[in-house]
Amino acid sequence: MNSVTIIADKDVQWKESLTTESTPVRRLLIFAAFLYLTLFLFIPLVAIFTEALKHGLSGYIDSFLNEDALAAIRLTLLVAAVAVPMNAVFGVAAAWAIAKFEFVGKQALITLIDMPLAVSPVISGLIYVLLFGAQGWLGPWLAEHDIKIIFALPGILLATIFVTVPFVARELIPLMQSQGREEEEAAITLGASGWQMFVRVTLPNIKWSLLYGVILCNARAMGEFGAVSVVSGHIRGLTNTMPLHVEILYNEYNAVSAFAVASLLTLLALVTLSAKTLIERKTASATRLKSQR
Amino acid sequence: MSIHVEHVTKRFGTFTVLNDVNLQVESGELVALLGPSGCGKTTLLRILAGLERPDQGRIFLHGTEVTDQRITERRVGFVFQHYALFRHMTVADNVAFGLNVLPRAQRPSAVRIQEKVHELLRLVQLQAMADRYPSQLSGGQRQRVALARALAVEPRLLLLDEPFGALDAKVRKELRRWLRRLHDELHITGIIVTHDQEEALEVADRVVVMHQGNVEQIGTPDEVYENPATPFVYQFLGDVNVFHGRAIQERTIANLPPLPDVDSVLPAGAVDEREVTFVRPHDLELNRYRTNSEQFEATVRYILTAGSRVRVELVVLESEQTIEVELTKERYRDLVLREGEVVFVHPRHRQVFKIPQS
Repeated sequence: MNSVTIIADKDVQWKESLTTESTPVRRLLIFAAFLYLTLFLFIPLVAIFTEALKHGLSGYIDSFLNEDALAAIRLTLLVAAVAVPMNAVFGVAAAWAIAKFEFVGKQALITLIDMPLAVSPVISGLIYVLLFGAQGWLGPWLAEHDIKIIFALPGILLATIFVTVPFVARELIPLMQSQGREEEEAAITLGASGWQMFVRVTLPNIKWSLLYGVILCNARAMGEFGAVSVVSGHIRGLTNTMPLHVEILYNEYNAVSAFAVASLLTLLALVTLSAKTLIERKTASATRLKSQR
Repeated sequence: MSIHVEHVTKRFGTFTVLNDVNLQVESGELVALLGPSGCGKTTLLRILAGLERPDQGRIFLHGTEVTDQRITERRVGFVFQHYALFRHMTVADNVAFGLNVLPRAQRPSAVRIQEKVHELLRLVQLQAMADRYPSQLSGGQRQRVALARALAVEPRLLLLDEPFGALDAKVRKELRRWLRRLHDELHITGIIVTHDQEEALEVADRVVVMHQGNVEQIGTPDEVYENPATPFVYQFLGDVNVFHGRAIQERTIANLPPLPDVDSVLPAGAVDEREVTFVRPHDLELNRYRTNSEQFEATVRYILTAGSRVRVELVVLESEQTIEVELTKERYRDLVLREGEVVFVHPRHRQVFKIPQS
């Protein structure tokens, strides 16, 4: 480890002597970056918590201790609990197929996986309304069989899953492509079954990236507003997720409660960010160990 | 275990990687598949392992057809060019992998597995490295771990895909001698894929030279080196001077004077035929004076004295073709050559191939 740091220090010195701007320019640039981040990221973050705590801690806690708020939290957790595992499984399967095999339509699959990132969330929601809504293609048939999708839990789940499809897959595809197929082939020639190969070789090799993808996927699943807003119908206590609940409270001029619930989502974001940083550090140290040799 | 490959053809899209390949390997033999990259040798190896399926043809291991058998049933050890060690496992866990994934009924006890791993690590001289991770080993050490891992499942057949290709020249040389000794100890049937002719000639009992999906020649290292069956084999196995020429009626004219015992004499009325004459650099003799009628004149252009032998580049006066001659240091000293001098060149041994006119 020591030798690595020494090498790193040398690197830095070398770079400084050759490619650094003069001190005033450097300071100006750093100052500009900090000013920008403070204005657009830090002040709003602080604002959320000060607004939420405006009426003291009791007012803050009261914001969660009512039926509607609790229902919204429960629904959000439920949606994440369904959408994240589904997209984790799909992401691993898709990345596996794309990284390790050649097949017709591979490029199309990659493009499809990216689509939710390119399409506005509102459109993602509208797709489902067009398909399953009362006036939609399948609307009459669903009504006949008394199946509710739009303005109900299934619609919210569908919209959330759609929006969060890319996160795990996109995280894994480049990694699995760079790792190649040889380790898996070695496992098979040594007598491992497909499942043994997956559990003992593939999964350990991708675990950090998988976790990273899952964290990002989870953050998006809990925070999704646009797509869910279109399909949910905003029925209090029934189809309101946390982001939707925040909007309702805010529209009702209940700023304290709105910011209190928002602060919960913000806390989630902060936890996600720290977890992400931790994992990045972990993978970085793993690769450093490798490049050291 | 003997291997029998019958009429195997493999295509990737429209590209034919293997074209009707036949091959017989006897039990206990170490055979090298030798050829330039893209000649199909690795594909053939992967087909034998069961990692690829042939489009046509059949594979027999020890007399039993295995063409449709799964990899796990073939009991084949495979060593990859880039080692393919499990990066998240220690050396010992890597070697034990094949034993740990056995069904419970066949799996040896944990103690027995540990013993066996130590045995194998001793065999590849890496006892001290058992608890290291692959990233902490050198390339040569990694490949020895890969070999121990492949041997752990007691394969009937050992397949090595350019095992030393990613190592530097000195380690490569050491390891191939070590592999040869190991093979003599274990008597396991083995196939090693390589593009390095020196490696193939040194390590294998027999060499299979491949080119563009075809087997060009099969034979012992001596046979393929001394009597190359095709122009390709001649050129691939070592440096060579190539003289293009054509056989005309009654006399062959390469850009060399004729050699009565080698050159073809066409009967009167035969059609022109192109032919190509090969002479290895060490089969060209240099003289300061004309000593016989088969010599031709050439100008010394460049002399390279580094290494155990002296290499001289010359330009043939008549055709302005550049040729290379290899001399012993003694001969070079006796001749006292200087750049720019004209000398007499004489081929001691040459081989002529007719080129079919298409």
